[in-house]
Amino acid sequence: MSIRVEHINKRFGDFTALNDVTLDVPDGKLTALLGPSGCGKTTLLRVIAGLEQADSGRILFNGEDSSRAHVRERNVGFVFQHYALFRHMTVFENVAFGLRVKPRRERPSDSEIRAKVTRLLELVHLDWLGHRYPAQLSGGQRQRIALARALAVEPRVLLLDEPFGALDAKVRKDLRRWLRDLHHQLGLTSIFVTHDQEEALELADQVVLINKGAVEQVGEPAQVYSQPATPFVQSFLGHSNLFEGRVVSGALQVEDGGLALPAGSGAEGARVAAYVRPHEFHVTRETSGPGIEAKVARALELGALARIELVGARSGRPFEAEIPKRELAQLALAPGETVRLVPDALRVFPAQEVAAE
Amino acid sequence: MAGGTASLYARGRETQRGATQDPAWAKWTIIGLGLAFFALFLLAPLALVFTEALRRGWGAYLKALTEPDALSAIRLTLLAAAIAVPVNLVFGVAASWLIAKHRFRGRTLLTTLIDLPFSVSPVIAGLVYVLVFSSQGWLGPWLQESGYKIIFAVPGIVLATVFVTFPFIARELIPLMEAQGTEEEEAAVVLGAGGLTTFLRVTLPNVKWGLLYGVILCNARAMGEFGAVSVVSGHIRGLTNTMPLHVEILYNEYQFSAAFAVASLLALLALVTLLIKTVVEWRVARAQREGA
Repeated sequence: MSIRVEHINKRFGDFTALNDVTLDVPDGKLTALLGPSGCGKTTLLRVIAGLEQADSGRILFNGEDSSRAHVRERNVGFVFQHYALFRHMTVFENVAFGLRVKPRRERPSDSEIRAKVTRLLELVHLDWLGHRYPAQLSGGQRQRIALARALAVEPRVLLLDEPFGALDAKVRKDLRRWLRDLHHQLGLTSIFVTHDQEEALELADQVVLINKGAVEQVGEPAQVYSQPATPFVQSFLGHSNLFEGRVVSGALQVEDGGLALPAGSGAEGARVAAYVRPHEFHVTRETSGPGIEAKVARALELGALARIELVGARSGRPFEAEIPKRELAQLALAPGETVRLVPDALRVFPAQEVAAE
Repeated sequence: MAGGTASLYARGRETQRGATQDPAWAKWTIIGLGLAFFALFLLAPLALVFTEALRRGWGAYLKALTEPDALSAIRLTLLAAAIAVPVNLVFGVAASWLIAKHRFRGRTLLTTLIDLPFSVSPVIAGLVYVLVFSSQGWLGPWLQESGYKIIFAVPGIVLATVFVTFPFIARELIPLMEAQGTEEEEAAVVLGAGGLTTFLRVTLPNVKWGLLYGVILCNARAMGEFGAVSVVSGHIRGLTNTMPLHVEILYNEYQFSAAFAVASLLALLALVTLLIKTVVEWRVARAQREGA
């Protein structure tokens, strides 16, 4: 089922949680709402679920306005950040809850419920835990039970609030892959909220970047990473080196040197901000031409890549470059040596946008 | 602690204690003081109640408990508790649900008001009821016309008991419900449960032990209340005397054995209450360990 969010506004007192949010969630896709904490992503998820009422705007499920529908009628599956398992019920009863509270004429028989819950517990690989209580489970197990419980009512969409937030790194990684597979298996339209960019980029078909209650960019993971639409997206996703200065004869002039700008980056004399990712830097010993002059502080070898930490030759600002390890060996850089950083690619934004961020 | 740090700083046996452990003499002095205080001020009076009650033998004891005035006092006490506890149960659950799970204007004020019976002296509470309901009070003339008698009658006693035991259940449930938050209720509603189903299947089971504990405390206070009931009762023997009031009357008439006999029954009620309370606490601790 496709979901359309139209001009949603939501305020809590003086705080604007959502500011005119419009968004399309395609049918059967896994969408990530990504942003820093407090950016409104969880509020948006709760508005879609119907746990929160928007001040204005519409939510459409399959093109049908569901803004006034009660949570109960929206038929969504919701997985809470802290799982919200019913603590006084066994795992089995937790999963069965949604079936047992159905109106009498829709309610499946006891044996049907039993069969269905068993099937769901098998789906999440926890069929041997049915008689336990939530407090007796590990975080990862609780997470999967919460998912099984949400799926029991055969929801039209699945909403997950920070599904891996409360788990340790190893479990998180395993569960992430498992959820990805499960999504492919079920093909259920799903939205999950996260502040972890790696999680969003690895898991989602579509990433929605949210900042201060507004959508900054929507796109496929590779697209938002390589073609960020705003300075916020650029600096939020991955690591970037930032250069701010004026455009002088088609190049960005900064204290440590100059960066060649692509045509149309900014009018002569305009203040712009250019972002370069560490792996986009080329390190050379050439003494002339465009580039940033910087002193090598230290080089770290991380697997196939080497990370070089540098400081601007004149500004003293820290920079970071990543080059293949082989290249580092060829260069044989010594600490304190001055080199030239030449970007293969960079993205330019007008400088005042940065200030407004 | 037999770790490396302990041996590093060890200067003798004394230093091998954990950071929060006291030397033996301090431990035993504190325990001894506690026990002595307990024995002198709690255990001795309780024992005295029973020895005084049985001073003239079992025959006199049973007679004191079965004479009509005593029986009437017992019946009235049980009646007052039987009304006050359910009334406060319904009120307490409703109020704590409202306060803990919802945000609304006047929430803090309501929380403060619930505590009022704790902060007001019971005697004042009784006097307030007299001012409102007695024949000279605000509603007195109207009540007299309609043929209702509240002050110096059973309804007054029930009202006073309800007032005094008002906060017990709500006070027990509010912190518990607040700590549990509203996520489980939200989860239930998303899964399609209605309001009543959510309350009965999620909210209530989660607080059942706290609720029972509140009921026990409420019941103990309802049976033992003296001050407020004394003001509104009028002390009419066989009609408006509760057990605590009956004890006082007997004592003032120098019928010590009879007074202590009735008192011993009250004490027994308290002991049974304590026992149930301990069992409940033990079950709660076990339930928490098992996470049920």
